[in-house]
Amino acid sequence: MSKKRLIPKLQLRTASYNPNKMVLVVTKQFNEVIEIGDPVSQAKIFQAQAADELIFINIDRHNKDIKKLSGIINKVSEEIFMPITVGGGIKTSDDFRELLSNGADKISINTSAVIRPELITETSEKYGAQCVVVSIDFKKDEQGEYWVYINGGQEKTSYHPLDWALKAEKLGAGELLLCNISFDGMREGLDLEIIKSISENSSIPVIASGGCGLAQHFADGFLKGKADAVAAGSFFAHRDQNFMQTRSQIKNAGINIRMHL
Amino acid sequence: MIGIVDYGMGNLLSVYNAFDYLGAAVTICKHPEDLAGVDRIVIPGVGAFKDCIDKINQTGFFEALNEEVLKNAKPTLGICLGMQVMGKRSFEGGEFIGLGWFDADIVRLTPSDPTLRVPNIGWNTIKYNKDVPLFKGLPDEPDFYLVHSYYMKANDPKDVVAIYDYTYDVTASVLKNNIFATQFHPEKSQEFGLKILENFIDWKP
Repeated sequence: MSKKRLIPKLQLRTASYNPNKMVLVVTKQFNEVIEIGDPVSQAKIFQAQAADELIFINIDRHNKDIKKLSGIINKVSEEIFMPITVGGGIKTSDDFRELLSNGADKISINTSAVIRPELITETSEKYGAQCVVVSIDFKKDEQGEYWVYINGGQEKTSYHPLDWALKAEKLGAGELLLCNISFDGMREGLDLEIIKSISENSSIPVIASGGCGLAQHFADGFLKGKADAVAAGSFFAHRDQNFMQTRSQIKNAGINIRMHL
Repeated sequence: MIGIVDYGMGNLLSVYNAFDYLGAAVTICKHPEDLAGVDRIVIPGVGAFKDCIDKINQTGFFEALNEEVLKNAKPTLGICLGMQVMGKRSFEGGEFIGLGWFDADIVRLTPSDPTLRVPNIGWNTIKYNKDVPLFKGLPDEPDFYLVHSYYMKANDPKDVVAIYDYTYDVTASVLKNNIFATQFHPEKSQEFGLKILENFIDWKP
């Protein structure tokens, strides 16, 4: 039986002090971006702590240079021997190839999948469903209704997150990465309602993210949200988190996760 | 020298980097004739079976692999789809003929528990045959990273040297003479995965 996964989410953008360098950042509600360091050295720390996988997302709104992103992944893959998902600005099948040939295992698509849903089918057929991760950002509007948002949370679409998730699955997605924008970086827990409804209605793995601040929030994502994996940015990056201690707490809550190196 | 077969599919770089990290001499074999110059052969692969076997045939690797792996008995490692393609036939998206090195069919994962996902993506506890030198130095029940929707169903149980539980026993590794293959990704399984690759570097079948 597959173990539940804990996944640090490494968000990248162009460094404020150097247009040629990408740095690791943390965000709150997709805004309030704080630069926190070098992605490659942080990835090594996560490997030493036996993270189950890593997700790298370029969240820079202006610089979506795939070559720059693949350069970082290429460097990471020299020393990191765990599954790597990469996303941010990926639009074409060629972008997939560029990143996969530089060490990525899975590619996360978000805006481009909504704009051109055939991209999911195209890349799923070409590279295998297992490497197509459809990332879905969503939040409630003023009327209390859920909608999917694209372009880094700036543009509202006409999809409800569950409808879009099921459509993406049908089109060939191999995995879903969910994030409630309003919960992002708040450390008050995940949006269990949507995570649960998508997990229960789809048959592909679901990665829940957005809002983890305590070990209990991860456990809730698995137990109540029925997620297969929980990803977090701020939680792992901000505080000097002891991964092994977090793991023990999650394990003690009755979750089947990987314990040893 | 370890040669990684590049028939135009899959993430070769991670496999290359893992061997390089372990200090092994490793090269990418882009042409069938390159295989003659290496001592060990690695067949990686991610994607669909049909594309994989089509490319092996189109690029001329089919003959070269049979020559170096079967006739010259070079130690060979298959990973994921690189393992599946060693079977007789696959039912992924039709019915296709493989290399046929193992008397096995490639069939879809069908866990009896409906909450279990296909593809199975993630870390699973592997049970392995302790007499196999490729597993030397591993703890009793190590976790390895898998990502697949199809698996190798071997007709000869002797070939199966590791399994994992997905409501039934799923083949995790097979071994026959000089050919060893894993459904999981050693190059993505951190310390334990590197251990297996290290064992492969020294393996004398």
